[in-house]
Amino acid sequence: MSAIVIEGYYAGLKSKADHKLLPLKEKPVIWVGTATCGKAAGAIEVREAFKKEIKSRGLDAEVMEVGCMGHCYAEPLTVISKPGFPPLCYGHVDEGLVKRLVEDFLVNDDPCYEYAMVALEPNDIFPTLTDFPRGAYEEKIILEDCGFIDPEDIDHYIAREGYAALAKVLTMKPEEVLEEIKASNLRGRGGAGFPAGIKWEACRKSPGSEKYVIVNADEGDPGAFMDRSILESNPHLVIEGLIISAYTIGSSRGYFYVRSEYPQAIRRLETALEQAREKGLLGNSIMGSDFNFDIEIFRGSGAFVCGEGTALINSMEGKMGIPEHRPPRLAESGFRGKPTLLNNVKTFAYVPAIIRKGADWFKSTGTSKSPGTAVFSLVGKVGNSGLVEVPMGTTLRQLVYDVGEGIPGEKKFKAVQIGGPSGGCLPESALDVPIDFDSLHEAGAIMGSGGLVILDEDDCMVAIARYFLEFTQKESCGKCTFCRLGTKHMLDILTRITKGQEEDLASLDILRELAEDIEAGSLCNLGKTAPNPVLTTIRYFLDEYKEHIVNKRCPALMCTDLIAFYIAPEKCSKLCNACVGSCPTEAVYTREDGLKAINQDKCVKCNNCLKACPTEYSAVIKLSPPELVVEKEREQK
Amino acid sequence: MSKTITLTIDDRKVTAPEGEKLLWVALENDIYIPNLCAIKEEGRPSASCRLCFVHVEGLPAPVTSCTQAVREGMVVKTRTPQVDRLVRTAFELLLSDHRLKCSTCPQNRSCELQKIARARGLKLKLKRFKSLGKEYPLYESPGLFTFDRSRCVLCGRCVWVDHEVAKVGAIGFARRGLKRMVTTFGNIDLDASSCTECGLCVKACPVGALNFTGEQSSEKDG
Ligand SMILES: Cc1cc2nc3c(=O)[nH]c(=O)nc-3n(C[C@H](O)[C@H](O)[C@H](O)COP(=O)(O)O)c2cc1C
Ligand code: SF4
Ligand code: SF4
Repeated sequence: MSAIVIEGYYAGLKSKADHKLLPLKEKPVIWVGTATCGKAAGAIEVREAFKKEIKSRGLDAEVMEVGCMGHCYAEPLTVISKPGFPPLCYGHVDEGLVKRLVEDFLVNDDPCYEYAMVALEPNDIFPTLTDFPRGAYEEKIILEDCGFIDPEDIDHYIAREGYAALAKVLTMKPEEVLEEIKASNLRGRGGAGFPAGIKWEACRKSPGSEKYVIVNADEGDPGAFMDRSILESNPHLVIEGLIISAYTIGSSRGYFYVRSEYPQAIRRLETALEQAREKGLLGNSIMGSDFNFDIEIFRGSGAFVCGEGTALINSMEGKMGIPEHRPPRLAESGFRGKPTLLNNVKTFAYVPAIIRKGADWFKSTGTSKSPGTAVFSLVGKVGNSGLVEVPMGTTLRQLVYDVGEGIPGEKKFKAVQIGGPSGGCLPESALDVPIDFDSLHEAGAIMGSGGLVILDEDDCMVAIARYFLEFTQKESCGKCTFCRLGTKHMLDILTRITKGQEEDLASLDILRELAEDIEAGSLCNLGKTAPNPVLTTIRYFLDEYKEHIVNKRCPALMCTDLIAFYIAPEKCSKLCNACVGSCPTEAVYTREDGLKAINQDKCVKCNNCLKACPTEYSAVIKLSPPELVVEKEREQK
Repeated sequence: MSKTITLTIDDRKVTAPEGEKLLWVALENDIYIPNLCAIKEEGRPSASCRLCFVHVEGLPAPVTSCTQAVREGMVVKTRTPQVDRLVRTAFELLLSDHRLKCSTCPQNRSCELQKIARARGLKLKLKRFKSLGKEYPLYESPGLFTFDRSRCVLCGRCVWVDHEVAKVGAIGFARRGLKRMVTTFGNIDLDASSCTECGLCVKACPVGALNFTGEQSSEKDG
């Protein structure tokens, strides 16, 4: 009987949603991406401009807000779907282009193809995503609807089969749901790749009737924004996954632990939770079943370590967000001492599709040990930055060169930093490593939460390692000896190396030994993984370290203490004064013969003159070690 | 209630209640394992000082003995090259953040750091690391004791007795990372806090951070 009730309930929701969205198929709709990335690029102005133009012309068209489509390099992004045309995506939209699109496309049927990036449905006129290398590699499971539905209207989600998985689950036994998740071999996307099914099973088996499920949306890695994007673009996907997990382990209360620096994600989540309650998808007797469950949002304090499970629980209980020794595991004793399931945003986001389409479908993507897709935020020296979702097993090379379209300019690739501050730097020789939990681990990096920074020849690996270590050192909670004090000593050594103050190669041995001891001796994974960037750069870029110490030279010309700015007389045009004007300290001057030169005593190495010098001359160069300037000047005389 | 089991520590067979933490089993059998933060009565070990590493046969890496429950047939070594290396590094790290002037310290010769050094043949001197130069002014309580934060190793014993034995709750940990410290709630003066000067924290302190006022003289002369 219950199955009929639930199926009927869902059919009702679905047909209502379809009906409501029907008119959108019959008139032009403009979708503006207003996730944080879009907003930062001016999406709100674009949205308002569209509204104004449409209104002033009295057109019957709808302006909708959607989340992030993953092409952050081209924000603000807009998609226009007009009956009779394929939906077309436009990048770098500004108010001028808005006017043009309204006038030419909405009023007169000219889609301005010269401005369009890509069409979103197969058609005969304009290329679609799969016609680009990026589209050919990308395979979207959890980002599928991101950017194509209104995150503030639950009916958009429902119209795209949202909550169908929940309806299905409610007609199954919890053990059957568990078996499906276990069979899918879904692994946690919060960093370590622990099998979700095993965790769910442990929580389910843990004695006690009071249990909790928690979404970890702390996302503290610098540069990572995948979880935020998903919550801002498709919050119901994660909510649905969480409800399913609660049903499976037998919990009636769930939480989103979201960092308070994500106000937009929190706002959209609040709206989504409210709408889910209105539709009977949360609260008592969900979809007419006898399952009761509700969700609250907890705002995290923003410390990186609060993303660690035990620290997260402490912080939710009102204590300092500081890790504890494990065991006991959260599955035995978590929030308020009760069995608790903690998974990452993305982990939960895979659940609805796995339930709808089955474990076998999920395993058909990716590798056998790491099925499904990986979501990365590509940043750094890469043509196409943004959010990408590719099958596990895609190689780093494909990700950098095909999906990311390679290194801009004529620069040479140097390394990828993968996994954020707890991850590692992999060199050219590791580019053919397939991206999956185990292969990355073997190479010395980790999947982490999916930050991927691409580095080129201008990036100094010692400075990069120092940058990441500085982050973890500052974020150490200070509880345990190795992490609190060890990371500080490592950082001090690295600082001395980048400043040319380290005289002895033996300092590299101390650095390595200390790094290994911190890995082995720290209490929690923040400390245990903090040395990764240093260990991998020592492993793959030892020569760069040695150059800094022995020759006081930074081969990438990045460490300011080890470089000097110099104007090459044979390149300087004499006639232009760009560099002179650009210098904040008047270190650049005109010599008697008209050539420009730099007074090294005054130079603060701000890089202004180098940027100011017109590219046809490129006369300002960096030299390392700085003493080379004296040599050059002597040569000249 | 729990049954008695037999395990081997450093080739010696010892018996203990099953599930007891290894550190206490060893100490009760006069097998010394370095430790600063461990409190037997504490429900969940703090496991923060990272000095009590041992090797347990079958486990891939050294573990902290304060968190390791004993099992029947367990074979433990308190000294292996791996264990010694971790203990040495943790010890040196603590020294790098500790005002190392033993001769003027009120706890000279009754300090746990000196005991560890003696037991493990470690020097009370910095070799690989530079001193982090921790210097705080000496705090004097209204009557009974002084607090030299420059010597605090953040073991948390004082906080524990304050909360769990004296049941006063005058002090606690504050700040994060290198700035982590023991202080009063709200970082107010002790005399304005709920401190009753019972002195339990002073007795609990394993190093020369908390001292009864009378013990302080040599420091001031020095
Ligand atoms: C310092 C530190 C920070 C972490 N931050 C996060 C985070 O922001 N989000 C997250 O999902 N997991 C984070 N984790 C991992 C969590 O401890 C936990 O393993 C994860 O949430 C489990 O979910 P999963 O199995 O779905 O990956 C962090 C771990 C550490 C040690
Ligand atoms: S490893 Fe670092 S963050 Fe983790 S408990 Fe120790 S000091 Fe705190
Ligand atoms: S004052 Fe003494 S007892 Fe308290 S934390 Fe510091 S070293 Fe430990």
